[in-house]
Amino acid sequence: MAKDKLTDYDSTTPSNNTDIGGISVAEGMLPSAVNNSIRELTKQLGAFADGTDGIDVLSLADDDASHAIKLQAPASVTATTTFTLPDGDGASGQAMITDGAGTLSWAAPYGNRNLIINGAMQVAQRGTSTSMAHDGTTNSYGIDRFKMSISGTHGELDGTYAQVSDHPLSANGTSLKWTTGTAETSYDANSYVYFTQKIEAQNLQHLNYGNSNAQSVTLSFYVKSSVTGTFAVGFYKEDTTTRIFNQTYTINSANTWEKKTITFAGDTAGGGIVNDNGAGLWTSWHLAAGSGAVGGGSVGAWKSYNDLTDWADGQATNAVMTTASATWQITNVQLEVGETATPFEHRSYGDELRRCQRYYYRISESVVGAGLMYGIGSYYATNDLRVLVNLPTQMRTTPTVESSSTTNDFRSLRAGGSDYFTSILSAGGTFVNQAHLYTSNVSGTAGYSGVIGTGGTGTSFMGFDAEL
Amino acid sequence: MNEMNITSAQYNSLDGENVSIQVVIDGVSLSVPMNPANRHYAEIMRQVEAGELTIADAD
Repeated sequence: MAKDKLTDYDSTTPSNNTDIGGISVAEGMLPSAVNNSIRELTKQLGAFADGTDGIDVLSLADDDASHAIKLQAPASVTATTTFTLPDGDGASGQAMITDGAGTLSWAAPYGNRNLIINGAMQVAQRGTSTSMAHDGTTNSYGIDRFKMSISGTHGELDGTYAQVSDHPLSANGTSLKWTTGTAETSYDANSYVYFTQKIEAQNLQHLNYGNSNAQSVTLSFYVKSSVTGTFAVGFYKEDTTTRIFNQTYTINSANTWEKKTITFAGDTAGGGIVNDNGAGLWTSWHLAAGSGAVGGGSVGAWKSYNDLTDWADGQATNAVMTTASATWQITNVQLEVGETATPFEHRSYGDELRRCQRYYYRISESVVGAGLMYGIGSYYATNDLRVLVNLPTQMRTTPTVESSSTTNDFRSLRAGGSDYFTSILSAGGTFVNQAHLYTSNVSGTAGYSGVIGTGGTGTSFMGFDAEL
Repeated sequence: MNEMNITSAQYNSLDGENVSIQVVIDGVSLSVPMNPANRHYAEIMRQVEAGELTIADAD
């Protein structure tokens, strides 16, 4: 049989290889067959070299050829696939991943690689919609961990910060959405609007900031807006020397989901991120910036924060805020070590909720149901009921206590009766894992036990806030 | 960039000791623990030191 490619050759019996591409090299062959067979053989080697023809097994022998590492294709290959290796080695601990089109790269191992909490906008303990206004609520964590801030001097602006069922990939997924109500006519120099997630400092120590081996990170997200143009997104670091690094992305088509991937080099200067429970990095998406909030030169590289001109540098449009009914949406936010954006890391709702509850925990009648009891305790005096609320996870720091304030939102149970009241007037003391609540709007018996629960209004809630 | 619209502040007292600060921020009443790592307390103290806010004594 003619040997037309390398895999045709008999690797154990040379006498079986007497026909090289139809050229006989058997005993008594014509002299011209020597030349022709060598040419045929080099053609076959060329076909092997350029990938036209393959081999069965690639064997990489050890030094004394006693053992080998062998690579081979499966017994049956459905479709020919070309894998392109990364350009050099990755960082310690990284794994090789594919982009789904055969290009391989180095990335942090899957699982727990997204430094952003609630990136799919699943958790909204405070509710699914918050009204924002220049003369009302100007700072709010509507969706857990994502704070919106309307800063500086605004004269007209209001709108809605909401969790909505609109997602680039999932029929029922969620996204964060800002909708402008009354537009701001024009922007004062010191005015700006942004969304941010502050990442706890002790969760960022592996970035090695402040050292020569500082790690690059890659931010990826889907964004959709009724406004096209160039927007700024970046990091702000408070610890030691305050530092900032903005980059820009472009929304090319109105009202169309677009995926953006941006890599930020690690910060080798600035003294690093203190290993504590404070704010490590702000990851901020800018929506508007007056002339005094841009132009500082913070686009493209880390620099020491000088003044407000560094804050939103790169932001080239304010149209989301100066156009009535304009919208801006974002979801599947991922921040990971390395220079490659891996597929979005799905986490269960329960997993994200628990992560969020380190920073904010709300227990509410509308979610849990009527008859909810917040805590149990005892009457210190006739008009002094103190109860204990255990928190589901250790919070970042001692939380602020907030409560609803609709008439009769709360009810205390005592021996043979109950008292209704409108709010928990004060917290007797809070800790990272429990809160001691106190009310004087009761009339029990000192030494008796008592509980505080919902009053049946449907609006009662208590919140514990340890956000950064 | 930490901006809070604090419209009132008063100490909460229990057994004769100030245990927290009752504040209204953006129209919401909050009991703020006296812990510098708490963002509300840090901002209250910043505004107090800047002369922008006074904390009333407990009732």
